[in-house]
Amino acid sequence: MKVRDIALARSGDKGNRATLSVIARDLADYPLLERTLTPERVQAHYRDIVRGSVQRYTLPHLGAVHFVMNEALGGGVTRSLALDAHGKTLSAAILDVDLT
Amino acid sequence: MKAFRIGSGAGYSGDRIDPAQDLAERGELDALVFECLAERTIALAQLRRSLDPQQGYDLLLKERMRAVLPACVKQGVTIITNMGAANPRAAGEAVLQVARELQLPRLRVAVVLGDDVLPWMLAHDAPLMDSDQTVRSLDGRLISANAYLGADALLPALQSGADVVITGRVADPALFLAPLMHHFGWDAGDWQRLGQGIVVGHLLECAAQVSGGYIADPGYVDVPGLAEVGFPLAEVQADGRAVITKLAGTGGRVDRLTCTAQLLYELEDPGRYLQPDVVADFSAVRLQEIGPDRVSIEGASGHPRPDQLKVTLGYREGFIGEGQISYAGPGARARGELALAVLESRLQRRGLDGLDYRAELIGVNAMHGPLLGADREPYEVRVRLAVRTATRAQAEQVGQEVEALYLNGPAGGGGVTQSVREVIAVASALIPREVVRLECEILEL
Repeated sequence: MKVRDIALARSGDKGNRATLSVIARDLADYPLLERTLTPERVQAHYRDIVRGSVQRYTLPHLGAVHFVMNEALGGGVTRSLALDAHGKTLSAAILDVDLT
Repeated sequence: MKAFRIGSGAGYSGDRIDPAQDLAERGELDALVFECLAERTIALAQLRRSLDPQQGYDLLLKERMRAVLPACVKQGVTIITNMGAANPRAAGEAVLQVARELQLPRLRVAVVLGDDVLPWMLAHDAPLMDSDQTVRSLDGRLISANAYLGADALLPALQSGADVVITGRVADPALFLAPLMHHFGWDAGDWQRLGQGIVVGHLLECAAQVSGGYIADPGYVDVPGLAEVGFPLAEVQADGRAVITKLAGTGGRVDRLTCTAQLLYELEDPGRYLQPDVVADFSAVRLQEIGPDRVSIEGASGHPRPDQLKVTLGYREGFIGEGQISYAGPGARARGELALAVLESRLQRRGLDGLDYRAELIGVNAMHGPLLGADREPYEVRVRLAVRTATRAQAEQVGQEVEALYLNGPAGGGGVTQSVREVIAVASALIPREVVRLECEILEL
């Protein structure tokens, strides 16, 4: 079973940081999501893209784990060489992670 | 007290117009907000203004106004927008021009000025955020400097009874907070109420992102009628509690998932969302589905506002030259990788290999890097080479090398595209509030 089976994800940009929200489609699945997506797990998954640290915020009452990934966007959307300068496609990568 | 109905007419400068027109005509709104400025939009607008002093506002301003002014004037809907960009005054005149074309009986436009702080930034040498440099390091390349104004900057405009309020750079949620503060008489020091107003603004500021856009994943998250996704509106009470919804007969969905996804969008610490008017706290926000496509929002609060305002500086930073070419069928990936090897050698030959560049395969590693999805064999790939250069001439060489692969590269390469763009980058700094000179000019038909 993968994260995609229980959650959806959305990413955004803030300077050179990518933000990533992962939301359980059913609140009952939240504990599994929180256990699986530790900051270390997320950092490891994005290690080819994210050059800085990863912070995690949890909002159990909303079924959401929220990550701020530093130095993730090649200097920020306005100067990045990446085709996806905003990092909007990054959210889908987390859906492939195996649930713990 | 009746709920205040506020709609979201645009989530970015190029957003669709028809859903905004629908909201204007059927939404029974009190206010309609168009949020049209991204990070560097003002810098690009400033460049347009430097070529023509009558330009510098959003390029779609007139078209949007043509679509919504008749219904808004008829129903008394206040329009609030940052489409003023780098030339709010000219934008105000442009709105009056549209009103004349439409033969509207009357129109009062309030133009909010003061966000342009370029002279002050040039005179002082403030440190740049996320950097060890100061503003002086951008000397000769600086194009614009605009402070993020808050809702307080819009109150005089709203108090004047304007039909349309036009601004330059304003914090996006403040475009929504201002009419709420004005209507309900919220105090500037009522941090909890302001926090709740900011959460309403943040949920609405990206338009369809809260009402079914940017969420569909077929089979996992299904969104009905995506092509006709409706833009959202909020019904706000005097105590700040709100319901997020959309119009009947539109596509999309409004529910816990769409609202949570937008609540957290582009946030860092949800407990400390820095805004000019308040440091909002979303960590205890409660969302409840109270009906089909109706979600109630409460539980936001706030802390005292920051002493300083954030400033976005636009500056020139060279060029990016790019070329792409596709390969398909058996061995597509191997031919794409051979093309990349050839291109890297050609960059060396041109003396461009020391520059910052990306050489990648769309379909394999261009979005998520070499690690994720690397073991899959795609049917087709698209080679992409993008190089950061100091001059336009160097940038043009990149596309030329990719195009030359037609005759000189691997078999079956097709569909070359080339581009050169000047990089207008942004940096951030902080400015004391007192430095900003707010002005409100009234224009009438």
